[in-house]
Amino acid sequence: MVQSRMRGKAQLYVYAGIVVLFVLPLILPRFYIYLTSIILLTGLLATSLNLVLGYGGIFQFHHAVFYGVGAYATALMLTKSGLSPWLSFIVGPLVSGFLSFIMGLICIRLSKLYFGMLQISLGSLVWIIVYRWYSFTGGDDGIHGVPLPDIISSPNSAYYFTLIVTAACLFVTYKMIRSPFGSALQGIRDNPVRSEMIGINVKRHQLLALIIAGFFAGVAGSLFIVVDNTVFPDMLFWTLSLEVLIMCLLGGWFTFLGPMLGAAIIIMLRTFVSTYTTYWALVLGVLMMFVIFFLPNGVLGYIEEKIKKDFIEPVIKE
Amino acid sequence: MDFFYAIIPPKVLSQIFVGLSRTTILFIVSSGLSLILGVLRIPNVAHGSLYMIGAFMAYSLSVLFGGGDLGFWMALIGAPLGVAIISLVAERGVFRYLYEREHLMLLLLTFAFSLVFGDLVKIVWGTEYKSVPVPQMFHGFVYLFGGLPFPLYNLFLLIVGPIVAVALWLFVNKTKIGKIGRAAAVDREMVGAVGINVSWVFAIVFVIGCLLAGLGGVLVAPTVSVTLGMDHTLIMEAFLIVIMGGLGNIWGALLGALIFGLSQSLGILIWSQFGIIFPYAAVIVVLLFRPTGLLKSTW
Repeated sequence: MVQSRMRGKAQLYVYAGIVVLFVLPLILPRFYIYLTSIILLTGLLATSLNLVLGYGGIFQFHHAVFYGVGAYATALMLTKSGLSPWLSFIVGPLVSGFLSFIMGLICIRLSKLYFGMLQISLGSLVWIIVYRWYSFTGGDDGIHGVPLPDIISSPNSAYYFTLIVTAACLFVTYKMIRSPFGSALQGIRDNPVRSEMIGINVKRHQLLALIIAGFFAGVAGSLFIVVDNTVFPDMLFWTLSLEVLIMCLLGGWFTFLGPMLGAAIIIMLRTFVSTYTTYWALVLGVLMMFVIFFLPNGVLGYIEEKIKKDFIEPVIKE
Repeated sequence: MDFFYAIIPPKVLSQIFVGLSRTTILFIVSSGLSLILGVLRIPNVAHGSLYMIGAFMAYSLSVLFGGGDLGFWMALIGAPLGVAIISLVAERGVFRYLYEREHLMLLLLTFAFSLVFGDLVKIVWGTEYKSVPVPQMFHGFVYLFGGLPFPLYNLFLLIVGPIVAVALWLFVNKTKIGKIGRAAAVDREMVGAVGINVSWVFAIVFVIGCLLAGLGGVLVAPTVSVTLGMDHTLIMEAFLIVIMGGLGNIWGALLGALIFGLSQSLGILIWSQFGIIFPYAAVIVVLLFRPTGLLKSTW
């Protein structure tokens, strides 16, 4: 009962949040709209990582690869092919999902740290190819001024496009986590051996989760093209992957909206701190240390714990 | 000699030697990483930053002592010690409270440290490129196999590498601390139960691992330009070497560094644009066939 009451309240907040996000462009200046778009798509990226990391227990160390590859695939389709621009927004994520499938097939046999390191190795390979293949990907310059369809080319329409796509993707992810597939995935995280014993095909579930996560990371990459019109090789570099990991941790591993919150905190903080000092990394590093020390479940995890207590106490008094 | 060159062309041979000197640096850094990973089980992302700090300290010390030979030798002693002090502070101040946490947490914690170290280096040394002169006595070339020029400094590196390997092996296998460290890697609580202060043993092992990172930084400083961001590629390479060789295995780190360094230098010969792919491909091939590394890992 406590659970359902909590969920009801949380749902109310989420709906209110969506309404607020929809009216934001009427109030906020252009720069903040851009910032909110970036937060939304980065939050989607972090949530897709959390699907495999928090719910799947897989050490996905190099998630940014799928983000970057999705962005590159979309950008290349938009600039170099004459096909419908809308098609490229589907192809980008599909390429990411396919790459995730290939990398998953190779890595899935290994466990924990070895999985993560092999994935970083494969991801670095992809990064080098993108970085060095000047004639195709533009090398370290990246691709700038990607042509977009007229409907989504203005900042506000790009924002609405990002908002709708992100909300849809988050909804799908949420339903997936609540589905039998999601429960099986969480079971595998908690005890792979026992899950195997009761007849769950562990590897296939994990592989499917990896593909889905890769796909949604690709969606986030495509959205980045919509919002920023550019793509550059740093989007596939491993430091970004660790930054996304930090977002998940800061927001809360085991909560659904935690990664989104983490992304929002980190991006807003970066924008805010950068106006005062160039030492953003220092601030982030110190903040991370405090989070690891005092909030190992992340901000949202901490709040959830608090709320649970508040909900339980009156029940006892009655 | 002509017969010899017919088997191995001089171009390939000189590239092999370049690869071997690179191997030395990679080995020194990744053996430290492997030691920490094997005994303390910390995937230390900040290791690369300590390597960078070592290189920057080498620059400062060499400037302080007039930039000549004396400067280089002082840097060779002083910079690793400086890095050791920094790591001791970090270990006593932060890491020791968190040994029980998951790997992922420790990874992120060390990443936080690497962010902090990166910015501290920016504050202390600025953003310009620094260069450390090659000491006078290592100027010039030796001629290997009748006429293949090879820089003396690289020869010096090739001598230092095995010395470090043997010293490290002696430390881990023959000294009391090394033995306790290995025992603690297997069962920490049991070692504590027989009355050994595990905490300090861990600190010493951690500091020695970091000292090796600093040493690697000093040794690489005269051959490259010392810049911010030199830690990013190196830490990745070092991690891959450690994984490829087997976690915590020093000889594995040596083997991994050899494969990595040689495939890098020879790969450039085969396909210059994408030569850098080869070491990564080598890691993938190795892990496909030996999922837990080439040699036995300690855990």
